[in-house]
Parts: sequence; structure tokens; C-alpha cells
Amino acid sequence: MSTVPTQGAPRPDAPEQVHDQPVVLELEDLAMHYGPVRAVDGVSLQIRRGQVTALVGESGSGKSTVGRCIVRLVEPTAGAVRLAGADVTHLSRGQMRQHRRDVSIVFQDPAGSLDPRMLVGDVIAEPLRLQGSRLSRQERSQRVSDGLRRVGLRPEVAKRYPHELSGGQRQRVSIARALMSEPTLLVADEPTSALDVSVQASVLNLLADLQRDIGFACLFITHDLSAVEYLADDIAVMYLGQLVEQGTREEIFAHPRHPYTQALLAAAPVADPAKQRARTPVLLGDDLPSAMDPPSGCRFHTRCPVAVPRCAEEVPTLRKVGGATVACHLVEDDGTGPDIRSAAGTVEAAGTAAPAATAPETATTTGRPA
Amino acid sequence: MTATATTATPDTGTAPVLEVAGLGVRFATESGTLSAVDGVDLSLAPGEIVGIVGESGCGKSVTAMSLAGLLPRSAKIEGSVRLLGTELVGAKPGVLRAARGQDIAYIFQEPMSSLNPVLTVGRQITEVLQVHEKLSRKEALERAVELLGVVGIPSPRERVKHYPHQLSGGMRQRVMIAMAVACQPRVLVADEPTTALDVTVQAGILDVLRGLRDRFGTSILVITHDLGVIADVADRVVVMYAGRVVERAGVDELFARPQHHYTSGLLSASPTPGRHAGTHRLQEIPGLVPVLSEQPDACTFADRCPAATDRCTTSRPVLEPARVSAPEPAQGRPMGQGGPDGLGREHLVACWHPRGDTPRLTPEDRA
Ligand SMILES: Nc1ncnc2c1ncn2[C@@H]1O[C@H](COP(=O)(O)OP(=O)(O)OP(=O)(O)O)[C@@H](O)[C@H]1O
Ligand SMILES: Nc1ncnc2c1ncn2[C@@H]1O[C@H](COP(=O)(O)OP(=O)(O)OP(=O)(O)O)[C@@H](O)[C@H]1O
Ligand code: SF4
Ligand SMILES: [Mg+2]
Ligand SMILES: [Mg+2]
Repeated sequence: MSTVPTQGAPRPDAPEQVHDQPVVLELEDLAMHYGPVRAVDGVSLQIRRGQVTALVGESGSGKSTVGRCIVRLVEPTAGAVRLAGADVTHLSRGQMRQHRRDVSIVFQDPAGSLDPRMLVGDVIAEPLRLQGSRLSRQERSQRVSDGLRRVGLRPEVAKRYPHELSGGQRQRVSIARALMSEPTLLVADEPTSALDVSVQASVLNLLADLQRDIGFACLFITHDLSAVEYLADDIAVMYLGQLVEQGTREEIFAHPRHPYTQALLAAAPVADPAKQRARTPVLLGDDLPSAMDPPSGCRFHTRCPVAVPRCAEEVPTLRKVGGATVACHLVEDDGTGPDIRSAAGTVEAAGTAAPAATAPETATTTGRPA
Repeated sequence: MTATATTATPDTGTAPVLEVAGLGVRFATESGTLSAVDGVDLSLAPGEIVGIVGESGCGKSVTAMSLAGLLPRSAKIEGSVRLLGTELVGAKPGVLRAARGQDIAYIFQEPMSSLNPVLTVGRQITEVLQVHEKLSRKEALERAVELLGVVGIPSPRERVKHYPHQLSGGMRQRVMIAMAVACQPRVLVADEPTTALDVTVQAGILDVLRGLRDRFGTSILVITHDLGVIADVADRVVVMYAGRVVERAGVDELFARPQHHYTSGLLSASPTPGRHAGTHRLQEIPGLVPVLSEQPDACTFADRCPAATDRCTTSRPVLEPARVSAPEPAQGRPMGQGGPDGLGREHLVACWHPRGDTPRLTPEDRA
């Protein structure tokens, strides 16, 4: 499979055109198999300087695994990871050191990723130590204070332990740590999922501000589509280890073409009672196929409300359609195809008992046992 | 959603099934008393879905657990909880045990910890039915299959033979719901039922909850910090802050005209469709929720409130009808019966300087 070109449309306010910027991260046909578990199975994407790409998809679809491959916490089974053009796919720990400052990761769970026995100041200074920077004690504490201030925390916080901070403050600390080495690429794995709405707002604002000021590229891993709409320039949608659709934020939100993307957008609730209740429910069964034994053909066919026999036989390739890339047999080259959100009223519940409690004429339930 | 609005709500009478008045919960901890819940009033009409929202630690779960006496001994409970007319605060263990399962049932965020890993799901459901409904083994199994169908599990006859670890997170949550409603409780308490699930699975679970209400007239208390979930399923909303109810209203009314400054902060903090960081900023609520040992004679939100005055820090606001112009009509969907006490439909707020008719801050204002 060849490298998928990323549709790097400029942000309305971007001073320069993003697609003229250098490529910071390139994944080519990346695969990561844990024994029989095909967690990531052929993912290609590019992120340019100053660009935020969101990686969205169902729980267990392999998003975090992609992140772990990029920062080389694990060694990919196949494919390539390139940081600013340099192939780091199979580098040893020692060889990876010189790239450590280029790429940082913020983990899903701030409580679990900060060592409870280390003072916040030491946590934040750790990347400097790992890089082997020789700093005087004074320089070091200056860098820590600056780092804390950058994420809106007071320098005194350096003398506290992680458990003495709130969830939002802890997440800020892990962002401060990730930015300490002034990376050109930040991998943010569900940085807000564990947080309250109000704390979430402050972390999202912070990421937006920092990204604007520092201009790093960012892979924003999440399943929160409202956060994606707020922060991302580009969106890549993953299903069972593979990308099914990719495009600009505007393109994906306005014209989602893959049935899974459509289902995802239709399922994300909006915080507005009138709008939320006016939407047509698209219900996918939650009988998820296994990454150990992915379905034949299109991996989504067991849950897809519009699947045809061909979908079970032939693997759809990712191809350019309009302003996006899509992998679905039913999407035409001109971008037309089924919209399961409007089809929801007419598609028959596919072969299984629809929940008796729902009105079957409007709710589409597909949950065929494998 | 529109799908369910057409289904008739069974006539189950209009007296509230659950009435909570002046509920207070304190914990004795190593570092002294902790006041978790203070003076909470709420009611639940037959077939009504009420949402409780609020920041982490504001007392939502403690409120829910205190209803059926699920709190540990270190909790001191005051006030009144009447379930179908029976007082449960201070009731004998036998009374509470009879109420649980029969009249009130719970589902929690983490279904795995509430399911027994070494028993098949069929066995777990049939046990509940054999104990409470005195069904024979065969009858219970038939009913279990039926229940799994009700909560939308495909091929229920095969699924009853499966163990919890063979099911996905969403399916386990459906099994939990099936167990909770096995004896057709009048009240279902769902504490963060979808927080651990992703949006496509969440949509299915919310649909099951709505279906239970429509089909059996079950009253449901949904606890969440996700305003999207509230917007989707709740008829009325209770907003809690630092152990107190600060606002209570019908769902449309609350989202359209939040009266408490905390509520409006919460609503403005969530990202709005169509807005991007390039041109907009999310509104933050500065500061943190206090952890209280005493309930002060003040508004506990005062130190984070943009409208606070001296009065707010020296005197506790009580829950009163909001002074807003004519309430918005509910738009063609069941609002629950509201209850004869009239509390149901009123917009109440505990604030010395409520927002009144001030329009909600729109994203444009924040640009
Ligand atoms: N170390 C491991 N060994 C074996 N299997 C693993 C390992 N790590 C992840 N997996 C499996 O790989 C798949 C992808 O997991 P991953 O954590 O990348 O998903 P995700 O998309 O990040 O999900 P979530 O949204 O729940 O965080 C899952 O099936 C998971 O069980
Ligand atoms: N068993 C207990 N002993 C002492 N304190 C407790 C106990 N259970 C809860 N608390 C405290 O009571 C307060 C309210 O907790 P509760 O679990 O109701 O919050 P919540 O609103 O459900 O929050 P979340 O959204 O995080 O679930 C918290 O300060 C909590 O630490
Ligand atoms: S009572 Fe005062 S402090 Fe509390 S919300 Fe109202 S105005 Fe703000
Ligand atoms: Mg993950
Ligand atoms: Mg809770």
C-alpha cells in the first residue's frame, strides 16, 4: 500500500499554508501485532508542522497502539515510522535517544503515568535528564518554573507530589513534562477523557494555545468528537486496526462518507436537548469483532447497516474521493454513496432481534453474531 | 429521541414514586467530618427520567447510594427518602433488602466489577429471578432470554451460556441492565452508565434506558457528567455543586435559561458543534470544587462565581422559583407526570443573583 496523501487544508487563521510545511511524522503501512492480536494492521498517515491530526475510532481499534509505535515504546511488526524524514522504526533504545527530544507523549491516564514518589519538579525535569542535558541546578529549576508557567501552574507546584493535585492539574503537569524537550511532535492520547467538562475546557484551551505559540505537530488521540471538532485540522478514523476514512475536519464533519464515520458522528451526543432529540438514531450492535480474527472483506461488514455481499468478500482499498480518502465499496468516485443516517428509517434490522424496547421502524440495529 | 416520543407511557398513576427531602450525608474520616451531601430535595414521577449533573466529587454517587442504604457505616444520613410511600432512611435492613431489586435497582459504571466472572450471564439473571420472583428454573431461564432480548443483545438464547469475559464492555452493561430490571423495579438508578463506553455503544445503552421507561413505565435517575447524555434522555435535570442542589428544571428550560452561574459555566464549557480553536475559545470555570467539613452559611460557589457579592459569602441561598418570563413549552415529548406536588415542572435555583433573562453566553460572545 502506498503512502496516503494527507489533505492538509490550511486553517482559516494560519499564517502560512500548512501543506507547504515540512512533514514531521510519516507512518507507512504501520502494523503492530501482539502475537495473534492484530492491533494495528496497515496504517499510513502524514502530519505536517503546525498541524493537529485527530485519530478517532472505537475503543480497542488500535489508536493508543499507533501512539506507542510513534514514540517507540514498542517496536512495530511491519511498516515504517519516520520522524522528520528519519526512519526510526527499528532503532534501539540508545539510537532512539537523539530523537527523544523531537517527539513526546501525553498518556491517557494522568494519575497512572506520573510516578507518585517523585516531586512534580522532578517529574518535569526528567526529560532534560534523559536527554543528558548538563544544566546547573539553577538553570534546571528555571526551566521547570518556565515549564509550569507555560501550562498555567504556579512554580510552587514543583514542590508538591502528584496526588496533591487535582485531575486537571495533573494532566497539566504531564503536558508540561511532554513539552519540556520542545518536541516537534506531540502525541496526546486521550488527554481530556478522564476529566470533568470544566477542567476539560481548560486543558483543550491550553493545548490550542500552546500549539499556536509553539507550532508543534500533534497527533490527538480521542473518541470525543466535540473535542476533535474544536482542536483538530485533520481527522483519521480507525476501525479494527485500519484507517477507514481520512480528511480535513471540515470535510469529515460536513461529508462523512464511510458508514462507520457516519455512525460515529450520529452517535456522539450534542449538549442541546432540541438538537439531540431531533437526530435520527443510528444504532450499531456492540458485538465487536475480534482483532485476533478480523472479518473477511471490509472489516466493518458485520456491523454495517448497508453492507452488500461483496463487502464480505473483497477488501475495499483506501482511495481518494473528493477531499478525503475512504475505504468503502459503496462510495462512488464522485463521493456519492449511502448515508446510513438518512437510510436509518428504511434499512431492515439486519438479521437479529432489534431491542424489543425500541421502535424498530426508526432504529437500525445490526449486531449479527460473527 | 423522536423514536420513543410516540410510544404511550403506561398509566402508572401520578404520585411520585420517589421523594427525597432534606437529604444530608456526612462521613467520619481520619481527617475529621466530611460533608458530602447537604439538604438535597428531589422527586421522581412514574415514567420520568431525571438527570443529576455536577463536577466530580459534588456528591452525585453518594446521593444515589444513600437512597437504598448502600453507603458504608461511616456515613451519617439525615432527612427522608420515601420510595412508594415507605420511609427508607433509618429503615430496618429487611425493609431495605426487600426494596432493593423489587422496587429500586442500580446499575454502575463498571459492569465487570458487579458481575460474577465464574457464572454464566444466564445463571446470574436466573438467580435473581428465582430469589425474588420465586420462578422455577425453567421459567427463570425463559425470562432471562427474554430480558436479554429486551436490552438488545443479539441471539440471547446463545448468549445466556456465555461468561462475562466473553462479552464486550457494552454487552456487559446491557447484561447489568437486564439483571437490574429483572424484577421490574419502579425506580432504576443509573450511575454513569455509559462513561466507560464509546459513543456508538453509549447510544445503544441510552436507547435501552428510554425503552424501559416507555415499555414498563420505569422511573430512571441518570447520574452523569456528560451534558450530551442529559440532553439526550433526561426529562428534568438536577444540578449539584459541593453537596447541594443548586438548580432544578425541565431539560429544555435548563439548557435554554440556566439560572445558576455554575450551571451556565458548565454549559458554556463544553465544545459546541461548528466551533474551532482557530476562532473560538472554550469558557473555563476557574478554581476547584471545595471539599467541605462543615456546610457554611454561604454559597459554596461564591469563590468561583463571576457575580458574587458580600451577601453570597455570608448567607446561604435557598432553592427558590426562578424569576424568568413564561417558561418554554415542552416540545411534544413526555415530560413525566411532574408529580402532584408541582415541584416537577418548576424551575428552581439557589442563588442570590440568578441570571434571570440574561441570555446564555453563546460561542460567538466568547470569540
Ligand atoms: N500489550 C498488549 N498485548 C496484547 N494485546 C494488546 C496489547 N495492547 C493492546 N492490545 C490489544 O490491541 C487492540 C488495540 O488496543 P489499543 O489500546 O491500541 O486500542 P485503543 O483504540 O487505544 O482503545 P481505547 O479507546 O479503549 O483506548 C485491543 O484489542 C487490545 O486488547
Ligand atoms: N465512603 C466514603 N468515605 C468518605 N468520603 C467519601 C466516601 N464516599 C464518598 N466520599 C466523599 O464524598 C464526596 C462526594 O462523593 P461522590 O462519590 O458522591 O462524588 P460524585 O459526584 O459521584 O463524583 P464523580 O463524578 O467523581 O463520581 C467526595 O468528596 C468523596 O470523596
Ligand atoms: S449565590 Fe452568589 S456566588 Fe452563588 S452563584 Fe449566586 S451570585 Fe454566584
Ligand atoms: Mg487507547
Ligand atoms: Mg460518582
